[in-house]
Amino acid sequence: MNGFKFLLIAMIFVVAGCASKKGTTTGDGADGMGGADGASAYGTSADGEGSANALYEQQKAALMNDNVVFFAFDSAEIDAASMEMLKQHSSFLASNPNARVRLEGHTDERGSREYNIGLGERRSVSVQSVLMVQGATAEQLAVISFGEERPAVLGSDEAAHAQNRRVELVYEN
Amino acid sequence: MNLLRTRALWLFLLLGLSTLARAELTIQITKGEGSAVPIAVVPFGWQGAGAAPYDVASVVASDLARTGRFKPVPEKDMLQKPTTAAEIQFQNWRMIDTEVIVIGQVKQQPGGQNLIEFRVFDVLRGEQLLGYQVSSDAAGMRRAAHRISDLIFEKLTGIRGVASTQIAYVALIGDRLKPTYKLIVADADGENARVLLESRQPIMSPAWSPDGRKLAYVSFENGQSQVFVQELRTGARRRVSARMGVNSAPIWSPDGQRLALTLSKGDGNLDIYVLELNSQVLTRLTNWSSIETEPSWSVDGKSLYFTSDRSGGPQIYRIPSSGGSPARVTFEGKYNARPRVSPDGSKIAVVHNDRGNYRIAVVDVARAYTQVITEGSDDESPAFAPNGEMLIYASTAGGRGVLSTVSVDGRFEQRLATSSGEIREPAWGPFPNK
Repeated sequence: MNGFKFLLIAMIFVVAGCASKKGTTTGDGADGMGGADGASAYGTSADGEGSANALYEQQKAALMNDNVVFFAFDSAEIDAASMEMLKQHSSFLASNPNARVRLEGHTDERGSREYNIGLGERRSVSVQSVLMVQGATAEQLAVISFGEERPAVLGSDEAAHAQNRRVELVYEN
Repeated sequence: MNLLRTRALWLFLLLGLSTLARAELTIQITKGEGSAVPIAVVPFGWQGAGAAPYDVASVVASDLARTGRFKPVPEKDMLQKPTTAAEIQFQNWRMIDTEVIVIGQVKQQPGGQNLIEFRVFDVLRGEQLLGYQVSSDAAGMRRAAHRISDLIFEKLTGIRGVASTQIAYVALIGDRLKPTYKLIVADADGENARVLLESRQPIMSPAWSPDGRKLAYVSFENGQSQVFVQELRTGARRRVSARMGVNSAPIWSPDGQRLALTLSKGDGNLDIYVLELNSQVLTRLTNWSSIETEPSWSVDGKSLYFTSDRSGGPQIYRIPSSGGSPARVTFEGKYNARPRVSPDGSKIAVVHNDRGNYRIAVVDVARAYTQVITEGSDDESPAFAPNGEMLIYASTAGGRGVLSTVSVDGRFEQRLATSSGEIREPAWGPFPNK
């Protein structure tokens, strides 16, 4: 039941994902894990092959369109909306034990860099514990902090800062 | 005016591979020169074949200007350009309020060596204060000029000069959201820059070994933060910490045998450890549920300052390096982080939240007195010069990362900026061996 509903949501997101390439720019492109590769996988599933792998790719691609948790200044607390979003990820992880996700913690540019590594780590761990409570396992989750080293957007105003205080969920397979 | 422009030929050496590239580095005095002593560094004479090989005097003048204590007389204001003591007409220099005059000559020797002779005079008394001869080959002229500046500075102030020291920093080139990171070592004036490491992943926190031969730093090249130690001369490097989770904030003990660093060991909680470099023995110093990071050794190596947010926000604490109970050091303001200890041990420089702006402050440890010395909004990474007179730190100008040096009292400041990309995380190297 739950899985079916989830698939529907996934389909909607796939359409949205094709329209805007947002998912590809927020990801860690340097490792060749950009969303563009995932997008090409949709085509094979549309052929009606219906393989488990295609479904996996499809669901994952949908999740990659909503894969960022944002935080308040100097905080690692996760708000209700993000809790809902994380639920989608944790149920996917629970039903796909081989799925692996990297939780990349980030801060805004203010303050000292190494302390910000600590804040980013704290945010990643905060997301990690929520996902585990929701059914993901420790082996599925890797925590990494980039501190302020990898902003999502440039700029020194509060809008930019708010977008940079985040944890990105990046699927590794 | 006091706008000193220097052209830098940046020598790019990447782990043995070498490529050449040019960039322009400018040094601009941005604050204070009022109390600086007017000094004339007259262009040195040349006795040899062809044109003079190197403008020693201009390097010496730039070095002295960068100390903030001296204000070089512009060449166009010089009424005469003596190269020997007998030629100096002191009244000419008194007329333009020059207090000190430096003259010199470069003599070509058989075998390609140059003999640099220089003399320093007190203009008011007409007396020689210092006279030296320095020998150098053509390639070493710049280094010789820095040594001359340091000799003059020490004679006139009693403080050892830092013109012959080096700095390390991180440069970002290219796409600002996906830049190439470069770990660079340069002379204290920004010239003679060499690339030690280039990566598409972040490089952080360079730290000098006490003998100036190695750098420890953090690199994300393998997908997570790891600590490396690299020899400057050979480029050889060793990964010294790649434990699960955060491996960060390395800093050398004064005896060069140990690294203090920050590890999370995968449990998401950063704590301070000490790593014995030869034996690889790791000792845990803190074990709290808060963030503990950014260690910095006391001068005697017996204790470590570090940042902890156990009280809610980041503050500086001190703990014996053999382990023990920590004591809080900073109390002023709600944000004090990234301590660096002054060479005499009496002060620590920190990143301090000053009414919403992140600025560099100097804390007098004994008196617990905090003085904010910079005026930016996102100033960070302060590092003392080895003589304790100045600090170098990172800030932003026009949305780009630049480096600045500032006197410990905050009165004199100047900026180092590259023509492209941004630079950050400066670390000031030790004095070279005399």
